[in-house]
Parts: sequence; structure tokens; C-alpha cells
Amino acid sequence: MRQYFSLGFLLALVVLVQLITQWTDTAFYLTQLTMSAYYSLLIIGLCTIMGYAGQISLGHAGFFAIGGYLSAGLTTHNLAPFADNAFASMLNKAGLLVASQDLYGDPLLTLHPWAACFIAVSTALLIALALGGPVLKLKGHYLAMATLGFGIIIYRIAMATPYFGEADGLSGVPSFTLLPGVTVSGDFGARTSNYYIAWGAVLIGMLLLTNLVNSRMGRALRAIHGSEEAAQAMGVDTARAKLLTFVLSAGYAALAGVLLTHYNGSIGPSEAGIMKSVRYVAIVAIGGMAHLWGALIMGTLLNFMSLRGLFGSYDDAVFGCILIVIMLFAPEGILRLHLWQRFKKDKAKT
Amino acid sequence: MMLKIRNIESGYGKLRVLKRISMHVDSGEIVTIIGANGAGKTTLLYTIAGMIKSSAGDITLLDMPINKVKPEKIVAQGCSLVPEGRQVFATMSVKENLILGGYVRNKRKNYQQRQELDEIYSIFPVLKERENQLAGTLSGGEQQMLAMGRALMAKPKLIMLDEPSTGLAPLIVKNIFKIIIKLRDAGNTVLLVEQNAKAALGIADRGYVLETGKIILQGPAEDLLVNRDVQRAYLGRDVDTDGATCDVV
Repeated sequence: MRQYFSLGFLLALVVLVQLITQWTDTAFYLTQLTMSAYYSLLIIGLCTIMGYAGQISLGHAGFFAIGGYLSAGLTTHNLAPFADNAFASMLNKAGLLVASQDLYGDPLLTLHPWAACFIAVSTALLIALALGGPVLKLKGHYLAMATLGFGIIIYRIAMATPYFGEADGLSGVPSFTLLPGVTVSGDFGARTSNYYIAWGAVLIGMLLLTNLVNSRMGRALRAIHGSEEAAQAMGVDTARAKLLTFVLSAGYAALAGVLLTHYNGSIGPSEAGIMKSVRYVAIVAIGGMAHLWGALIMGTLLNFMSLRGLFGSYDDAVFGCILIVIMLFAPEGILRLHLWQRFKKDKAKT
Repeated sequence: MMLKIRNIESGYGKLRVLKRISMHVDSGEIVTIIGANGAGKTTLLYTIAGMIKSSAGDITLLDMPINKVKPEKIVAQGCSLVPEGRQVFATMSVKENLILGGYVRNKRKNYQQRQELDEIYSIFPVLKERENQLAGTLSGGEQQMLAMGRALMAKPKLIMLDEPSTGLAPLIVKNIFKIIIKLRDAGNTVLLVEQNAKAALGIADRGYVLETGKIILQGPAEDLLVNRDVQRAYLGRDVDTDGATCDVV
């Protein structure tokens, strides 16, 4: 029940922030808040596998990139020259292709973003399933190393494949009409609506995950974090629980990648970079590990600051420093500092 | 027959720890397995619980073969393990630990969680007082009780205890062992693995002595207690009367 109050509060806050930016004529902040929301979507997904189940993944930027790159590639790949091809015409008849014109007025025939999104996310889920099976048998550092290796592979593929634009990435990604009137795009006029789309996605994501972590399954995940052997002795199918959560978090990452790519209209290999994965892991740690709200708050705050350029060219260094400081002084996350706890207790007494 | 093991072999990778072990546990009795460090006691329990796969032999629980069954299915079939060193979930509350113990049962529609918890609290009243405390903040004895209560939440027919006396004060050990007797009297079947041979044989109906992966002695507990070899090796005293009445395997 409590989580619904929190979600309601979040919804109110989202609306309030938008209204404030409107009144103070600072609506430009919404752009970064929208991007932060999509990163936060990935981070809350990572929080379930890393914070709750205790399985560290340094490969989530890879899943984000799989979602973003596949969606970008499929929606920008011009099928007009192949329009007579049996497969392409079949897709066209099924309504999965969109005809438009490029900058020079030449005809463009591209895959519908919904179809691309579906392919991108399900590819990420399948890869997570295939990767998670063997990799989740590893523990601690070994699991971190294996997922790190996966992240590097995805980064290298993005960097070296002409189809994915090599070091330039892909641009000219079309907008994504989720429902009639609800379009993910970076257009100036669509700023406010996209802010609400992004935070709507976060709200739905949080709704699912808060229910998951408060369920029988969520308890099982925390038990795995505590002691995998004991969880097994309690009758928890630990391999299955870990795999399902890993796949779920990969799905969140891929979906965030798809949406942010359509919002930005482009994606580059830096999104697949190792430092991105490290950043996500750092934010989950700062948020307090098994703490979805902490991950969400920290994910939004730090990404917003980073996107506003507050850390300048020291961006990655700042995240490294934050991680060190947190591990030294507040290993349970900023929001669980003893000062806060004391404050809470005092409040409870009075 | 509750549990029957025939010629079981098991170990880790190429290391063979258990060498053709046979034993059985009847319904309603306390059976203890005593032995020194490294004899294979924990390996035996893990093999029964399905957490290690046996490479040969059969295990049956209530006449159902379980040696190829997954651990979670074995728990559902009525065999629960209280692992060595208690392994309570430190960051979860006492109540959550107990609820997790009923993991295989609470997916049923008519599961009465409150009632099940109260049953456990009636056996271990101290857990009721600590209901909302984090398990990591409990004393060793309380953690042992929690680990046992957690296993009982699965309503096991056979409960396996791995070294419940480890790291506990003698008075607390006595308390825990009293509870084990109570569990047996309430109709549970207990398989107790212990290094503390004297205490274990003191409450058990029958016992097995495990040494380097083989059962070297077995018999009624009172016979093992007075057995010369057992006394010399595990009870730390030498006797001149010949009390060996148990079968030497």
C-alpha cells in the first residue's frame, strides 16, 4: 500500500516541477529531466538485479546500446530500393513500414518504430537470457568481470560495424509515435509532452518493480543476496530467480535505450561505453543498493547534473570520486546515512 | 520409512567425499550423524537436500526417489535443511525470514500466514518479541532458533540440522537440544549432524559414526555412547569396560 502513496507523491512532484519550470520560464530544464528519466528507467531495472538480488552487472550499458542501436538502425535503414522485394512488400502490407522523404526529397521507406522497438527489446531479452544462463552461475568479482566482458564486446561491435555508424553512431532517427498524439521526439514543441512521456514510463516501471520487490519473489531475491545456499535450502529456485530478474533488468535497459534514442534522434558508441556501466552501478550503490527509490532519486539527480554539464569534462572522474566517498562513508547509500536514521527515529518518538 | 540412502557416492568435482554410504531414518525418530571435521557430514546433508548431486546410489524420501530432484522440489516434498552456521538473512527482519521459510507453501491460495507464524512463535516465543528486528542483530542462540523456525515454516516431514551447537554457549545448546526433543515429540523426524557427539547421542534414538566418508559404526544411541571406540575418538575418555554392543560395519 505504501508504495502507491510514494508513486502518487512522485506523480505530483513530476507535475509540480513541470509547472514551476513553466512559471519561471525555465522549461529548458525539461530536456535534461527527460533524458535523466530514461537513464533512471535503466537504473531502477539494474537496482533489482544488483541491489536486491546482489548480482552485479557491469554490462547494462550494453543492453541499453542493443536497444538503442537496433531501434535506430532499423528505423533509419532505407528499404525504398528493396520495395519490390517479397519480404519488404509483405512488411509493407502488414503496415509495418513507414514512407517519408529525406532532406533532399528522395523517398524513404523505413520500418515502423513500434516494430523496431519490439525487435530491439526482444533481441536484448534473448541475449540476456543466453548470457545470463551461464554467467549468473558466477559470483562476486567473477560475475562483474564476465558482464564487463559482455559490455566491452557490445562497445566494440558498435564501434566497428559500418551498419551502426562506427565511431559516429547513428543519427536521423525518426520520432516514435507510441499512441496517436503521444510521440517521443526531440522537437522543440514536444518538450513538455516528452517530459511527461518519459516520467510516465518511469512511473509505470516503478509501479511494476515496487510490486515485484514487495512480493514473494522480491523476498526471495533479497534472500539470495543474503545467502544463496540458505535461499536454496528454503526452496527458492535461485538460478531461475536470478535469470528472470537479470532478463527483466536487461529489458528495462533496452527499452530505455530505445526511447532515449528516439528522443535524441541519434545514438553514439559512448552510450555503450564501460564508463556508462560503471556509472549506473555507482548510482545504484549511492542510492543504497536494495532501495528502488534511492536509485531513482540518485539516478535522476546525478544524471541531471551530469547532463547539465555541472561536472564539465571531469564527468567520469566525478562519478568515480562519488563512488569512493560513498563506499567509505555511507556504504548503505546516502539516503540511509545514520544522520537520517536518527532524524527518523526522533520524529517517531515525538 | 522416512529416508533411505543406499550406496550413495558424492563429492565436489573429482573429489569423492562420500564413499558408498547407506543409512536410513524412520518416521518419528531423532537420528544423529557424528564425526570429526572433514568426515563428510555436511556433504551428506547437502546431497540429501539436492544441493550437491550424487554420482551413484539412491536416496528415497517416503519411498520417492529424490537423488535427481532439484533442491526446491525436495523442500516441497517435505525435507528441510537448517544449514551450518545458521545463515539467517541478516538484512531481513525475523518475520521476513520466517515468511521466506514458507516460500514453497505460500503460493497456495488458502495459506494462512499469520497462523503459521504463530505456530512457530509458540515453539520459539523469543522470536515473537524480536519479530520486527533485523535477523543480523540477534544473538547466536536466537539466530539458531530463527534458522530452525524458518525451516519449520516449510512444514517438513524430515528436518535436517547441520551443527546446531556451533558457536553457542553450553546453556544455549542445552536449550536448543530440548527444543529438538520437543519437535520429535510433536511428530517430526529429525536428522541431526553434530560434532558435539555427547550431546547429540544424549537425545538421539539412533546414531551413525562417519569417518572419512564412510560409516564405521551404527546403532542405538545409548549403545554408541558406551562404545569404546566412540568414547575414545569422540567423547574424549578411555574406558576399560567393554561396552561395544553395536554392530561394526
